[in-house]
Amino acid sequence: MRMIGTIVLVIITTLFCLNVDALPTIGDINSAPNQHITPTYIEHCQHDTGSPNIVTGVLADYRGFDTLGETSVMFVAGITTVLILRENRKKAEKGGAKK
Amino acid sequence: MTKRFGGIVLDISFRVLVPFTLVYGIYILTHGEFSPGGGFQAGALLAAGIVLSRLIQGRSAGFNISGEHAVIWAGVGTFIYALTGFLPLFFGGNFLDYSFLPFPAEELHELHAMGILLIEIGVTICVMMTIIDILDAVTERADIDD
Repeated sequence: MRMIGTIVLVIITTLFCLNVDALPTIGDINSAPNQHITPTYIEHCQHDTGSPNIVTGVLADYRGFDTLGETSVMFVAGITTVLILRENRKKAEKGGAKK
Repeated sequence: MTKRFGGIVLDISFRVLVPFTLVYGIYILTHGEFSPGGGFQAGALLAAGIVLSRLIQGRSAGFNISGEHAVIWAGVGTFIYALTGFLPLFFGGNFLDYSFLPFPAEELHELHAMGILLIEIGVTICVMMTIIDILDAVTERADIDD
């Protein structure tokens, strides 16, 4: 079972690595995102969102759902840290009482 | 880190530093629309103010937020964000569609600016309280291990 997993992983990794050449280079003006989305954001951001800062406009307005996910991830990370560390504290207190 | 340390120099200098840090954090939050900045950075700065006060005066510092309260406030921050997303649903819009927020405004982009400010406040509270929360848990753990 483990062998199958390794083989599948190797095949998928090879496929991904072979396709790296097909990706557009960073900053290429002819790539698909730079043809449609970026000019639209730059042109309409101030009018749509009332925010002169395009980064804030995209982050908080056009892609607000994404930022909601980021905030939730941060909240869950904080809760998890507290849960793990507090749990150990309770165990340590119990162990100390038994001794 | 739970005990107070340092003498009169640290005590006086942190009293000068902390208010500036907090005011700068609020500036970054409210000015995030016009200049680099925003909720995440403002939260980190505000948390730095509290962390500084806790580093110098220990856990019983006068200007402080305890770990238990910080967990609750982190949830409140996330809730403010989600609430701003859900409000337009009740007034005929889509999720996170700030054009339908029930606030009086003359033009549409003012409503969008209001929505952005609201969610930035939520993000700020969440980030700030999460940092304090993790610091509290880690220092508490370090005390047990000692």
